[in-house]
Amino acid sequence: MSKKERKSQQNAVNPAATLAKSSAEMVHTTTTRTAMPWPTSPVGMYDPQFEKDSCGVGFIADLKGNKSREIVEKGLQMLMNLEHRGAVGADPETGDGAGILMQMPHDFMKVAAAEAKIALPNAGEYGVAFIFMPQDASLRKQVENIFEKIVVDEDLEFLGWRKVPVDDNVPGYGAKLTLPYVVHGFVGRGKFKGSAEDFERRLYLVRRVIDHRIRAELKLARAQYYVPSFSSRTIVYKGMLLAAQVPAFFKDLRHKEMKSAMALIHMRFSTNTFPTWDLAHPFRMIAHNGEINTLRGNINWMKTREAVMESPHYGPDLKRMLPIVMEGQSDSATFDTVLELLVMSGRSLPHAIMMMIPEAWSKNDLMSEERRAFYEYHATMMEPWDGPAAVSFTDGNVIGATLDRNGLRPARYIKTKDDIVIMASEMGVLEVPPEDIVLSGKLEPGRMFLIDLSEHRIISDDEIKDKIVKQQPYGKWVKDNMIKFADLPQPKDGHSPEHKTMLQRQRIFGYTKEDLLTVMKPMVVTGQEAIGSMGTDAALAVLSEKPQLLYRYFKQLFAQVTNPPVDAIREELVMELTTYIGPEQNLLDETPQHAHRIELPHPILENNQLLQLKEIAEGEFSAKVFNLHFNPVKKNDMRTQMDKICAAVCDTVRAGTNIIILTDRGVNKEIAPIPSLLGVAAVHHALIKSGLRTRTGIVLESGEAREVHHFALLLGYGANAINPYLAYETLHDLYKIGFMPELKEEAYIEKNYRKAIGKGLYKIFSKMGISTLQSYCGAQIFEAVGLDSEVVEHYFTGTPSRVEGVSLEMLEEEARRRHEEAFAELREGILASGGLYHYRVDGEAHLWNPTTIAKLQISTRNSDYKTFKEYTAAIDNQNKRRVTLRSLLDFDYAATPIPIEEVEPAKEIVKRFATGAMSFGSISWEAHTNLAIAMNRIGGKSNTGEGGESAERFVTLPNGDSLRSAIKQVASGRFGVTANYLINADELQIKMAQGAKPGEGGQLPGFKVDKIIGKVRHSTPGVTLISPPPHHDIYSIEDLKQLIFDLKNINPRARISVKLVSESGVGTVAAGVAKAHADHILISGHDGGTGASPISSIQYAGTPWELGLAETHQVLVVNGLRDRVYVQADGQMKTGRDVVIAALLGAEEFGFATAPLVTLGCIMMRKCHLNTCPVGVATQDPELRKKFNGKPEHVVNFMFYIAEEVREYMAKLGFRKLSDMIGRTEKIITTRPKDHWKARGLDLSKLLTMQKPVYKTDLYRTKAQNHEIDKQIDNRIIEMAKPALDKQEPVQIQLPVTNVDRTVGAMLSGEVAKRYGDEGLPHDTIQISMKGNAGQSFGCFLAKGVTLKLSGQANDYCGKGLSGGKLVVRMPEKTTYTAPENIIIGNTCLYGATSGEAYFQGRAGERFGVRNSGVHAVIEGTGDHGVEYMTGGRVVVLGTIGRNFAAGMSGGIAYIWDPKKVHEKFVNMELVDIEDVTAERDADELLHMITRHKEYTGSARAAEILADWKNQIKNFKKIIPGEYKKALAALEDEAQKELEMVDESKLKVGAKNG
Amino acid sequence: MGKPTGFKEYPRATQKSDAAAERVKHYKEFEHTFETETAKVQGARCMDCGIPFCHGDTGCPVDNYIPEFNDLVFRGHLEEALENLHSTNNFPEFTGRLCPAPCEGACTLGINEPPVAIKGIERFIIDSGYKNGWVKPQPPKHKTGKRVAVVGSGPAGMAASQQLARMGHSVTLFEKNEKIGGLIRFGIPDFKFEKWQIDRRAEQMTAEGVEIKTGVNIGKDISADELLKTYDAVVLSGGAEAPRDLPIPGRELKGVHFAMEFLPQNNRKNAGIEVKDPISAAGKHVVVIGGGDTGSDCVGTSNRHGAKHITQLELFPMPPLERAASTPWPYWPMKLRTSSSHEEGAERLWSINTLRFNDDGKGNVKSLSCIRVEMKDGKFVDIPGSEFEIQADLVLLAMGFLGPVKNGMIEQFEKAGMQLDQRGNVKADFGDHAGAHRTSIDKVFAAGDMRRGQSLIVWAIAEGRKCANAVNAYLMQGK
Repeated sequence: MSKKERKSQQNAVNPAATLAKSSAEMVHTTTTRTAMPWPTSPVGMYDPQFEKDSCGVGFIADLKGNKSREIVEKGLQMLMNLEHRGAVGADPETGDGAGILMQMPHDFMKVAAAEAKIALPNAGEYGVAFIFMPQDASLRKQVENIFEKIVVDEDLEFLGWRKVPVDDNVPGYGAKLTLPYVVHGFVGRGKFKGSAEDFERRLYLVRRVIDHRIRAELKLARAQYYVPSFSSRTIVYKGMLLAAQVPAFFKDLRHKEMKSAMALIHMRFSTNTFPTWDLAHPFRMIAHNGEINTLRGNINWMKTREAVMESPHYGPDLKRMLPIVMEGQSDSATFDTVLELLVMSGRSLPHAIMMMIPEAWSKNDLMSEERRAFYEYHATMMEPWDGPAAVSFTDGNVIGATLDRNGLRPARYIKTKDDIVIMASEMGVLEVPPEDIVLSGKLEPGRMFLIDLSEHRIISDDEIKDKIVKQQPYGKWVKDNMIKFADLPQPKDGHSPEHKTMLQRQRIFGYTKEDLLTVMKPMVVTGQEAIGSMGTDAALAVLSEKPQLLYRYFKQLFAQVTNPPVDAIREELVMELTTYIGPEQNLLDETPQHAHRIELPHPILENNQLLQLKEIAEGEFSAKVFNLHFNPVKKNDMRTQMDKICAAVCDTVRAGTNIIILTDRGVNKEIAPIPSLLGVAAVHHALIKSGLRTRTGIVLESGEAREVHHFALLLGYGANAINPYLAYETLHDLYKIGFMPELKEEAYIEKNYRKAIGKGLYKIFSKMGISTLQSYCGAQIFEAVGLDSEVVEHYFTGTPSRVEGVSLEMLEEEARRRHEEAFAELREGILASGGLYHYRVDGEAHLWNPTTIAKLQISTRNSDYKTFKEYTAAIDNQNKRRVTLRSLLDFDYAATPIPIEEVEPAKEIVKRFATGAMSFGSISWEAHTNLAIAMNRIGGKSNTGEGGESAERFVTLPNGDSLRSAIKQVASGRFGVTANYLINADELQIKMAQGAKPGEGGQLPGFKVDKIIGKVRHSTPGVTLISPPPHHDIYSIEDLKQLIFDLKNINPRARISVKLVSESGVGTVAAGVAKAHADHILISGHDGGTGASPISSIQYAGTPWELGLAETHQVLVVNGLRDRVYVQADGQMKTGRDVVIAALLGAEEFGFATAPLVTLGCIMMRKCHLNTCPVGVATQDPELRKKFNGKPEHVVNFMFYIAEEVREYMAKLGFRKLSDMIGRTEKIITTRPKDHWKARGLDLSKLLTMQKPVYKTDLYRTKAQNHEIDKQIDNRIIEMAKPALDKQEPVQIQLPVTNVDRTVGAMLSGEVAKRYGDEGLPHDTIQISMKGNAGQSFGCFLAKGVTLKLSGQANDYCGKGLSGGKLVVRMPEKTTYTAPENIIIGNTCLYGATSGEAYFQGRAGERFGVRNSGVHAVIEGTGDHGVEYMTGGRVVVLGTIGRNFAAGMSGGIAYIWDPKKVHEKFVNMELVDIEDVTAERDADELLHMITRHKEYTGSARAAEILADWKNQIKNFKKIIPGEYKKALAALEDEAQKELEMVDESKLKVGAKNG
Repeated sequence: MGKPTGFKEYPRATQKSDAAAERVKHYKEFEHTFETETAKVQGARCMDCGIPFCHGDTGCPVDNYIPEFNDLVFRGHLEEALENLHSTNNFPEFTGRLCPAPCEGACTLGINEPPVAIKGIERFIIDSGYKNGWVKPQPPKHKTGKRVAVVGSGPAGMAASQQLARMGHSVTLFEKNEKIGGLIRFGIPDFKFEKWQIDRRAEQMTAEGVEIKTGVNIGKDISADELLKTYDAVVLSGGAEAPRDLPIPGRELKGVHFAMEFLPQNNRKNAGIEVKDPISAAGKHVVVIGGGDTGSDCVGTSNRHGAKHITQLELFPMPPLERAASTPWPYWPMKLRTSSSHEEGAERLWSINTLRFNDDGKGNVKSLSCIRVEMKDGKFVDIPGSEFEIQADLVLLAMGFLGPVKNGMIEQFEKAGMQLDQRGNVKADFGDHAGAHRTSIDKVFAAGDMRRGQSLIVWAIAEGRKCANAVNAYLMQGK
């Protein structure tokens, strides 16, 4: 049967699906009529779908509800003051988008309509469609005809068209290319008689119907026909513009009658430079800062919900509006679409927002029962739209904003005494005299901020939500209808484990000894995933000669730059594993029946639980089992069976069964299992396509699934719950035969295994920034490497896959081979070794193997190039056993090679080489310094890694060697990132991700932190150091731009590099990074080594650098950005050939890590995480370090040999200079591995696409970025501080400051550090007093000797990296509100600060003092997650604290003033103890700090406390980590002992003398 | 796996041997397997390397999963350890006693510490297996109906036969001598390896369906053609028995023998087989020419005969006491090795070239004229004036082997079109890839010394196993 026939047959089986399907297809087939100037569909590795955006957002509203010109003007002013949050691409005049949403300006419309000879009815009696039309007049005419016709058909009256006057000269080049023709269409009520709400609803219906008709009939894409707004209440003006261009382009906005009581504005930063006009915000109801991570799943679920949607407001009309969600929209636009649907079908705007972005409720004991019930009830209806988000929303009557559950985007607000409310991503976007401010606040995670313009007031989160949660008896509905698992009756009969057949079944499912002992056993013994190290160098699944489980073809996606990963461990309160099984009800309604679902607290089912589901007969529930079986002898039987199963499942669901159980039990010699993932995904997508998915749960009973990655995939492709029966049996068996003596009781097996999976799943969700399983389920956060498009499109619809590979037939062949192998008698009694993690001769192929390691060590140690060539030959010649994609690339050599003497010398080439980021701490002092010496000798670069660097290494040794690492890394832990560290760098590398575990943090256990490491990392020996998964100052692209700016300020000479890991979409991220003014981008392969990482991360996250590099280079070229940045590639680079391939694919610099370590003695023990490295490379054990026997010469030899080999290739290719070779993909030939049984389908041609740049660019870095630091206020400060800098004379400086002045103090601090090193200047030498609202990163990296005082407010990252300076932010004198109740500084203040003092008169935002390691700070209140990951220093809070205080805090002390004794429940007690302040020393310290606070800020709270000190001291609680307390005691002991020793020796001397 | 810090905590232990003075009185094995506790502690020294060099191509030729069984021994899972060991090695009691242990030369711990006692652990596992009765025949569940002839019953032939029988083929193992085992039966002295251990395996193989035919000389008793007609596949797994000679004046004198004349006689005698004109070293001045393992075996046997004085000559200079720079880790280290036979007494001379054997006037050898040599430009040259004489009543030539004996079977197969390689061995590839072990004629395969040239037992077993896979793939084509 051909594919086509099969498809038509499916349709025949599924008549009910036809409607949904055909309408879905209609959208798919919509094509653009006129060619866009840039690619709108994938070309090569460039794919527009990966475009991401982030931005500045804000609104202004007049509580009195007066429509005024002032509000509009101030809105536009705000937009301009947020300009630095947006970005421009290669074309500086083309913005990524900006816009404004206002109330319908009736006065203006009257005038404008009259000019167009249209008579408008009264306000509210008409709607205005704001439309981007095609420029083509005849096409426009057709659009107009359709529009007018449908308006009338729907009982409304068409009033007329108005061309919106625009200035075509305003937009930039890129924007002009897609400039739309802008019109207003006026629509009156006509015959329509409904209420004002009904009229809005009718306009919505009309808009959607018109939209469908135009797309279907005229085949217009969104870029050509788009309706920014169509309402009687609101209107949107937006476009692909810069902020200042908005009023310049739209003349309307400058009109004196253009008035509104509110204005919602948005400035966009897109990673890509091909935004279109329609992608600008605001949308019809929202403006969004952030990203929806779960979009794919949300879209899929919405599609299937549409099939069962009904609305009393629309009746049968609803069907005409479908599909609601359209493919290809941005995440924000999709969110807007669904929100609009929920509102139009009857829910209030805040209610709808609460459904889509629920608070973290399940683990929040502080939340009311009713509110929890509301969320629980709604959770059965819709999964959260998860991701970092600050969403501002309005319907014209109310305007508000909400934050995601993590609070990952900033949103500050003030209210003035004139009842004006201003909300924005940062403070200071509009100048307001301090005395006018009556309230200064910020949005909190999950909280809503709402203004009701008709009630003229701000409605608190509690008030609005309390009202909504009481609308219905949600709690009762849940209680009466929801089925809790625990309440289900016990099953009648159970499966007794079949130990007799177990080994055979293990073999059928491809279990290996490694699976059992390396992967599964640790999960049960430790309750978490096993840890490994040194990356992976094994064959990709598609290249492996062995049959692979389907799971191995998928790689987990992860967040980098455009959205942050979540810290699932320290911020567990936002994480959620609960899901619901069973049918969903109509999304547009609410009934008790909606809650009739089964609540599942954990997606991994025990055997009994599965039986409970199989036998279920509760309420409406019934289950049916389908076998995932096929006949291995019959060719194509897998496909046949899958088709049958999908059809049968759909029929069964249609007939009312609402739990589908897919099982692979019952396999034997004649029956082989269909890969579980294939089965689940196929059924899931078949149900989606038939519109049936929400009517049933999918439960999998699988012998195949066993490790965390498997479960993540199964859930990600639609399984609701999984029972891994064979994994349980296997583990029980291991226990019974005595292989788990570490486990106390057999009963712990299920418990610990499920716990480990739960933790692992959290880790996988969180690396994409997703918090809940419900959102993750079906979200498909994966990409495929090595699967055919046919397989992907059919079963894994929507998953990125770039290089083709294995067909369904080949997957069947793999399953068949595995099955056949299972019955090979000779090996019946044993499992295969595996050899994926640890090399085995008969396991997976590894590039690092005994031969290659030996030859590399011997050649570099004996200066033996001949042996080195044997080494590279052994790596490069993969004809027999393929490992890497690049083994399939070949060279198109020049007809006549050039003489090798003419090729640039090796000593030039080695300058392009760097060693990888390995911290001192993960590797030994010996290994770390040897690398540095070697790279400095050859003019390459070594990298500190994330661990600081001791200042003594900055001094050149007498013999000319230098231990200084040229690259200083700035990672999420910010260990030892001081001003002095930063200025002693040639390159500052921001590590967004690392190859071995992208999207994850790390941890250096206390026992590894010895004295030296403690010192270098500015921490206490013995105290565990945590690197958070995210940089807490980078939650989006504009934050990264800010950090780049910060670093450039402190060290203008250093290149700023951003390290990314290869995954689908990395090129787009890289384009954004280039637009954020990075100088250098590193693309790391997935395979890189690391000291320690969960093994599933090493194997399953990220892709080979070949893919990421090719994509990055191509996207940068398309965007005209390639020549602004250096591109470096790394990840298991081993030979000259690797370098040449990388250069041809677009890299100009190259990194090596494992190979140089091997030359220094590393033998790939993969024991870095155990501290037992027997060759002294990756250990801190002094005994083992003695065994280190590497020399810098070995590394130097390696680098030169690589360069020599590169030269040999260059000669053959005909290149004299390396730079000539960069991006010359035409010199590469792709070869198909024709002799390989399954890899022969691979197609790497996309890697070689030569992109046509829209904007001109060179193929390598030739231009400098414009960092705009010449305009910095610090330039003036430095000038004024000259006497202090040159002669240490005290200076006093006074200056005003605004939010546009960012990173104040950093450049000055760089100058101080340059001259005076870590020591800095004497305290208070440079005193700076400023007034106003300071921009982000105020006082960043402030060096010792600088005192920076601000009277006003500061924004996010205030005091970041404080390096010994003093920082004071106090309220302006005339301020009327009270400090402890109002916000004075933003989020993530004092992040990574190492020393100094800070005093803030007011509250801080979220994550105050995060990763502080030495600063003494006083604050009057904090948001959530205060003093997170703190490792040292003191923080005094003279006010309230938010939730999760002290999470991950391993050092330092926090004192909280808590007179009402309410704060204890806000503290995360995982690592800390709460004590009274009793020790005299503590009390003195506290008194001193509060006294200083009063002196510096004039704090009333401090004065009050000090006045009553004797009593108030009792109101303080001391929060101290247990480990830190011990470490302090140990240090004291040691000091005491030293003292005693001295005394004793004195005694002895005395005795002698006596 | 194992104990992560074991290598830091425990020193290497070796197996205990009886005192030299005692053991030379008999032909029994004198080295004793580890005590269980010792074996566990030694297992704990294994570091479970990410790349186990002991196991890969720098280490064990038969690909033993060394880190795995080390760990199993450490944890006391001896039965599983045995199963693991047997999954790669058919006869660990052979290698556990006789292998020079390239694995230990490649052991990662050996970079800066004494390596893990892998060989001792291997022997401990199999000895425990036999002691506990865990070693049982594994007859196939299904027979394929295919018939395979395996010619030559040294370890390669034995391994090939056993593997093929377990795969369900009907195997006939041919041996020209009276008992199977090849060199390990007749070449290796009993004090290093007692021969009942081969019989024990023969029993197991018979129970698994191998038909053993001894005393049948293919090429003589059965022609190559007949073999090809009768069997679906033929494995040539004979030895490389042609010894390297020393064609210098006096070679014809009585008392100058190949080691392979001397050693097998002794084993036959011990086995109660009658030997004509036995060569005896009793009371003699014995000179062994050749410094390898065979030479060492001659030394040990001569001592047991009661030789008066034994001298062993080696052309090469004395190797360094520690690993030579020319053989860096993980390669097999060139260094001075003192075998148990050397411990029992012998004079070892290095850099010696033998010029001639001198006649006692009665046609017997009485002495050797030798000269010292040095290496110049890659060649050994005599050092003028360094000539000297060594007294000798018995000279044993142990200078290696040149390949299979050509007359007889090989000749016949050559006529049928089979090619030999440049070194005179049967031409075929080694390994697991398609076409490996196939000779240039259809259905004939080659394994072991006959293909590789003289080598280690462990290589022979590896060859036999891989050859069996190749034969199986060939026989099961299209099935």
